[in-house]
Amino acid sequence: MLSALLALGALGILFGLLLGYAAIRYKVEGDPLVEEIDAVLPQTQCGQCGYPGCRPYAEAIARGEADINRCPPGGETVIIALADLLGRDPKPLDEECGEEKPKMVAYIHEEQCIGCTLCIQACPVDAILGAPKQMHTIIESECTGCELCVEPCPVDCIEMIPVKQGLDTWKWPAPPPPPYERPADDDDTAPQPAGAH
Amino acid sequence: MHRLFQFKGGVVLKEHKKDSTALPVQPAKLPPTLTLPLKQHIGVAAEPVVAVGDEVLKGQLIARAGDTLSAPLHAPSSGAVIAIADQPIPHPSGLSAPCIVIETDGEERWRPRQRSVFNFAELSAQELREIIRDAGIVGLGGAGFPAAVKLDPRGHEVELLILNGAECEPYITCDEMLLREHALEVLAGLLMMRHALNAQRCIIAVENNKPKAFRALHEEIQNTGANVELVEVPTIYPTGSEKQLIQVLTGKEVPTGGLPIDIGMVCHNVGTAYAVYRAVEFDEPLISRYVTVAGSVAHARNLKVLFGTPLGNLIEECGGNRRTLRRVIVGGPMMGTAMHSDTVPVVKTTNCVLVESVMHDVPLPSRDEYAMPCIRCGNCAHACPVNLLPQQLYWYARARDFDKIQDYNLFDCIECGCCDYVCPSQIPLVGYYRYAKSEIWNQDAEKRQADLARERHQFREFRLEREKKERAERHKKKRSAVSKAGGDDKKAAIEAAMARVRAKKAEQDSAPKNTDNLTPAQQRQVDEADRRRREENPATSPRDNKAENTQDRPQ
Repeated sequence: MLSALLALGALGILFGLLLGYAAIRYKVEGDPLVEEIDAVLPQTQCGQCGYPGCRPYAEAIARGEADINRCPPGGETVIIALADLLGRDPKPLDEECGEEKPKMVAYIHEEQCIGCTLCIQACPVDAILGAPKQMHTIIESECTGCELCVEPCPVDCIEMIPVKQGLDTWKWPAPPPPPYERPADDDDTAPQPAGAH
Repeated sequence: MHRLFQFKGGVVLKEHKKDSTALPVQPAKLPPTLTLPLKQHIGVAAEPVVAVGDEVLKGQLIARAGDTLSAPLHAPSSGAVIAIADQPIPHPSGLSAPCIVIETDGEERWRPRQRSVFNFAELSAQELREIIRDAGIVGLGGAGFPAAVKLDPRGHEVELLILNGAECEPYITCDEMLLREHALEVLAGLLMMRHALNAQRCIIAVENNKPKAFRALHEEIQNTGANVELVEVPTIYPTGSEKQLIQVLTGKEVPTGGLPIDIGMVCHNVGTAYAVYRAVEFDEPLISRYVTVAGSVAHARNLKVLFGTPLGNLIEECGGNRRTLRRVIVGGPMMGTAMHSDTVPVVKTTNCVLVESVMHDVPLPSRDEYAMPCIRCGNCAHACPVNLLPQQLYWYARARDFDKIQDYNLFDCIECGCCDYVCPSQIPLVGYYRYAKSEIWNQDAEKRQADLARERHQFREFRLEREKKERAERHKKKRSAVSKAGGDDKKAAIEAAMARVRAKKAEQDSAPKNTDNLTPAQQRQVDEADRRRREENPATSPRDNKAENTQDRPQ
C-alpha cells in the first residue's frame, strides 16, 4: 500500500518536473497563428482594415476581434487563404474598407514637390526618398501602393498610377470556360484561343 | 548499331513535312526595316551600343550582352538605326518590348571580318567559348539559352555531347533542310563544340523520317572520318525534346529540376552547331537562321531569314494572303503560340511560321471551342512522356489549388501537348498548365514583394521607436543638467551666461567694422560720423543701453 503510494507520488513528481522543464525548454514565443495570418496578408501596410498595419490586423484576427474580409489590397485571394487557414467560410470583401483595385504605385510630380517631407513621414515602408526643401521621389520597387502618402501632401503632387503590365508580370490567361459550362446563348462571344492547341 | 531505349508515352503524329522540303532554301527578301528585340534569349536583355541615326554595317555589334546571363545582338544588314523603342515582339501576350529598328540600305555591306582561324583546335576551350559568346549565339532549337554558357562544363565531366536533329514537331523542317544542305558545316560545328566541352563521345540524332538528311550526314562522316556516331531514332513525338532524346539514346533520365549536365550530358541543336561553325570559321555573328513557312501558303518552304524580318513578309513571299489570316503560329502545331499580329519580327528562336487562313484548309486543331467534360479515360496519362498525371493537374489548375498542383510536379511538364492531343474531350490541358505555372510564378513574386515590404515596415517601426527613445534621452539629460544646478546656483549659471553674452556683444560692437585699407578721405568721414554720434547721444552708447535692458528684464 505505502510502496504503491510512494511509487505513484514519485512518478507524479517526475512527470511534473518533466512537464515543467518542457514548458520552459520548448516555450513558444508569441502566437504562431499571428505569424501565419501575417504571412498571408499582402503587407501593403495601408491601414484600410482599420488597424495600423498588417500585423496589428493579423493580431486582431487571431484574437477574434476582426473579420477576415477587411483587406482590400489582398482581395478575394487573401480572404480565401484566410478562410482556409482559420477554417471559416469565405465572405465578400467588407465594403466599408474599400474595394479591390489593380495594383498601383505612387508617383510624385517632381516639378510640383515643395520638399515638405510630410509624405516621407507617412510612408509605412520608407519608400520615399528626399530631404527638407529638396525634391522627393518614390522608390518604385519598394512602393506597396498603400496611398497613405497621397492625403498628407499639401500641394497634391502625388498621384497613384496603375503598375504597367510588363513581360515579366504577364500571365497566361486561364482557358475560357468550356462550352458546356457557358450560358446557352452566347455563341458569338466565343473567345479567341490563345495558344496553338 | 547503337542500342536505343524508349521513353514512356508520346504520340505518333502526321508529319506534314513533305510540302516544305520540296523547294531548296533561299534567302528571304530584304525588308525595308528590321526590328530587333533586345531580348531574344533566356536571361537579361542586351544593352544598346548604338544611337538613333547611327549608320551600321552588316554584322556590327548593336547591343552588348547584359551583366549576367545574356547574349549580344548584331545588325543583320547594313543601314541606319531609326529607332530604339518599344515594339511588338513575338510573344503570346502581344506586348511590346525594347527593340532596335534598322532601316536597311539594301547594300549589305559587311563590317570588316578579321579573324581567320586555320585550325580551331589551336584555340583553348575558353577562347572558343568567347568567340561563340561574342557572336551572340543562343540555342536555336527554341529555348534560346546562350550557347557559350551551355558549352562551359564548369567542373563537370562531359561524357556525351548530343547534337539534336530529331525535329519531331509536324510541319517544321528547318533543321532537316539545314542538314541536307550544310551537313559538313554542321559536323564541323559539332567538333568545335566538342572541343569546347572536352566531351568524350558525340552523337548526332536524326529521326528516321529524314532519310536525305541522314544520308548527307552519313556521307560527310565517312568522308571526313570524324569520330562521331550518327543515330537514327524512331519518329515518336516528342523525341526532339532534350530530356526525351537523352532517354532514347542512353536510357538515362534527367532528374527532376536537374539539367542534363548533372548526368554528364549536353544537348545542342544542329542549327546552333552551324552557327558556331560560321562564327569560328568566318567571324560571322548570328544574324540569320532557317525558318520554315508552312500551312496556308501557296509555296511552303524554308527561307534563310535575317532576324528582324516581319512574319508577314515571309508569308507573302511564300504566296500566303495576309488579309485572310486566322492565326499565325510561331513554332509548331503542338508547342507553338499564336501571335497577336503578323508584323512581329523573326527572332533567334523562331523556327517555324505556321499560317492558318480563315478557310480552315490546314488540319490544325483549335480545341477550346469544343471542350467537353473530362470522362476520366486516362489517355492523357498514357501519352505523357514525363510520367505525370495530366488529369490531376487539370483538376487542380481549374480549382486554383496551386499548392497541390506542385505536389503533382507541374514544373516537370514540358508542355509538349501530347495529353492535349489525345484527349477525346478536347480539353485544352496545356493551356491550364501554362496558366497554373504563370500564376505560381506570379504568386512567388508577390510573396517576395510582401516579405520585403514587411521587413521594411518592421525596420521603420524599429527606427521610429529608436528615434523616440533617443529624443527622450536627450531631453532627460538636458533637464537633469538644469535641475542639478538648482536654486542660487541656477541664478549664478544664468548670470554667468549673461556675462558671457555681454562680453561677446561688447567685443563685437566696440570694434569698428570694415575699417581696413581705408583711404584718408574715408577715414576722415568715419571720424566725423563718430564724433557727431557722441555729441548727439553722449549718455548711452549702444553697449550700455543693452546692459541696462537685460537687467530690467524680469527673471
